Amino acid sequence: MNVSALGIATATLASGIRAQRAPVSAAQLLAACRLAWEQGGQLVALWASDERDRERGFSLRVLLKDADGLMLLEHTLADEGARYPDLAPIFPAANRMQRAVFDLVGVECDAEDQRPWLWQAAWPIDRFPLRRDFESSTRWDPGVEDYPFVRVAGDGVHEIPVGPVHAGVIEPGHFRFQVVGEKVLRLEERLAYTHKGIEKRFEAYSLAAGHRLAGRVSGDSTVAYAWAYAQAVEAIAGVGAPARAIALRALCLERERIANHLGDLGALGNDAGFAFGLAQFSRLKEDVLRLNAQAFGHRLLMDFVVPGGVARDLEVVAGEAIQAQCARVARELRVLHDIYDEHAGLQDRFRNCGQVTRELAVQLGLTGFAARASGLADDLRCDFPTPPYDALGVRRVTHVAGDVWARVAVRFDETLESLRLCESLLTALPAGGVATPLPDRTPAGFALGIVEGWRGPVIIGLEGGADGAIRRCHPHDPSWQNWPVLEHAVIGNIVPDFPLINKSFNLSYSGHDL
Amino acid sequence: MLTILRQIAKTGIKTEPAPSPAEETVQVARLQERILRLIGRALAIRHVDAGSCNGCELEIHALGNPYYNLEGLGIKFVASPRHADMLLVTGPVSKHMAIALKRTYEATPEPKLVVAVGDCACSGGIFGESYASCGRVANLIPVDVAIPGCPPPPTALLQGILAAISKAAPADEAETDPPRAAHGPLIDSSP
Repeated sequence: MNVSALGIATATLASGIRAQRAPVSAAQLLAACRLAWEQGGQLVALWASDERDRERGFSLRVLLKDADGLMLLEHTLADEGARYPDLAPIFPAANRMQRAVFDLVGVECDAEDQRPWLWQAAWPIDRFPLRRDFESSTRWDPGVEDYPFVRVAGDGVHEIPVGPVHAGVIEPGHFRFQVVGEKVLRLEERLAYTHKGIEKRFEAYSLAAGHRLAGRVSGDSTVAYAWAYAQAVEAIAGVGAPARAIALRALCLERERIANHLGDLGALGNDAGFAFGLAQFSRLKEDVLRLNAQAFGHRLLMDFVVPGGVARDLEVVAGEAIQAQCARVARELRVLHDIYDEHAGLQDRFRNCGQVTRELAVQLGLTGFAARASGLADDLRCDFPTPPYDALGVRRVTHVAGDVWARVAVRFDETLESLRLCESLLTALPAGGVATPLPDRTPAGFALGIVEGWRGPVIIGLEGGADGAIRRCHPHDPSWQNWPVLEHAVIGNIVPDFPLINKSFNLSYSGHDL
Repeated sequence: MLTILRQIAKTGIKTEPAPSPAEETVQVARLQERILRLIGRALAIRHVDAGSCNGCELEIHALGNPYYNLEGLGIKFVASPRHADMLLVTGPVSKHMAIALKRTYEATPEPKLVVAVGDCACSGGIFGESYASCGRVANLIPVDVAIPGCPPPPTALLQGILAAISKAAPADEAETDPPRAAHGPLIDSSP
């Protein structure tokens, strides 16, 4: 993105992909966001940090992405009374991120919507956990929050509250439906039930050790988070992971994608009353997880990616087993794809259900595989291919219908493509070591890590202090962008279709609630 | 339809024998009988995510796959704590879930078992205690069995669940005595 016309000077930013950073005034921030929007850019993440100990007030960071790469706009707020411009009129996804910034850091934007988002009365509303003078040892008893849900009035309209404890084996969150008969007029989400202070927790870790926590921001995306974190640490420390380690990371990232898509394809069949689908896909997923344990030491691949490389090498036998498994799973997947395609009951439930048009997807900033089911084509592995993806030629998967079926179809196609990528990676696995040692003390600095996780782009904004400790680490999950879209996707559908629509997105609670 | 039948026939039966509980050896064949004696019907589990990273949930899901076939052992997940005999709780308990967890516990009828799943539920794990986290599950409600692991694999989960049942209905007693009054059936099956 070229912002020189706005009088903004940019500098190169250490990141997983092409990135620039620029200090901006409030007016420049607004102008740059408008320009980005006009040129097809999107908001990727928005967070803030307390810089008062360095006499710099508070720093607001707005990360944008367009065809040129990433642009990090940094706006300094002199003190806690200073306000920054509301970006939600340009990028609606900014709304919840801005509210979260206030809850955790205590700086306000000039938006009308000042409702809390991550705060639910667990700590006093005038204390801000991510401020450097926050009393970490103080404990408060959880209070009860009276959240002002929007109510729909009218003849026959009633309200259905769901959660935080859900009926299935899933994460906690609250959904408030306004319905007439079976038809959903409005859905409002209330999240933050799994807020467990992850960003504050990072401050207790050194740069070299934070990957374990990063890998537990969202358990289903542990490879994506750990890799993004490792990218940022390596950029700060000025070391590169060996080629073999990078190939193994990609192998694991694709296996994470395969496992999650397989699991959801089964669950989606089950939610539409097709238990056969659950049995078949959960069997395939279990096969993948068992081989993960053998080959990489962990079923979900936790703690495999470490700063500097990976935790262990892949044995030849294990590599061969993975190749054989890829071929077998691909074969079975094609059979199951035909069965799903030809099953009238599934088609009836999937088609035209929970539709997100391309126009709405662009407007709300939908991201990841869900966006690729609504006619958008963004995929970091294709748009900004870094090793090893630059040598693999990842085939972009897109569908246009934007309904549950399209999200199912994208998952089928992406799983097949990931299986192909795994085979290619193993065929040309570079020789050599699997880890580069980090310097004893990592220097101070700021860097970004970014990885196309199975759900969408996962970002780590990392700043290390001179003592080698983490000064600030902000993990960003694509669910921030996609949760608000789910509210729109269910409008006009019937209540019993909600589980199906919800599962077709399968958004993260923990990755969002932090 | 033919493709579906062919796929089912080709897949065959994948279910594996269940593992023994960690503390004692139990004949799996007698497990259903013991569950019946303890609660009068299949064991009903209500899962509560009290703030986990979702890793434990993935492994709990795996219990339902054909390899572990949890329902084949006479154990099922239910949608409401009011239908449950056992709470399977994951995560460090976030402050935001503290009230919901306590209410879920209170809504579960006696006799009830609580199994804490994963390192976070056992000890607070990597997230620990903080302004936003109450730490381990036992800080809020009584825990019968704690299953460590990050996340515990399905076999460890099964062992933990079976250990909790064995604890509640010791093998000797369950096999020789009629159902105990204190642990009478939750639902009276007599006409």
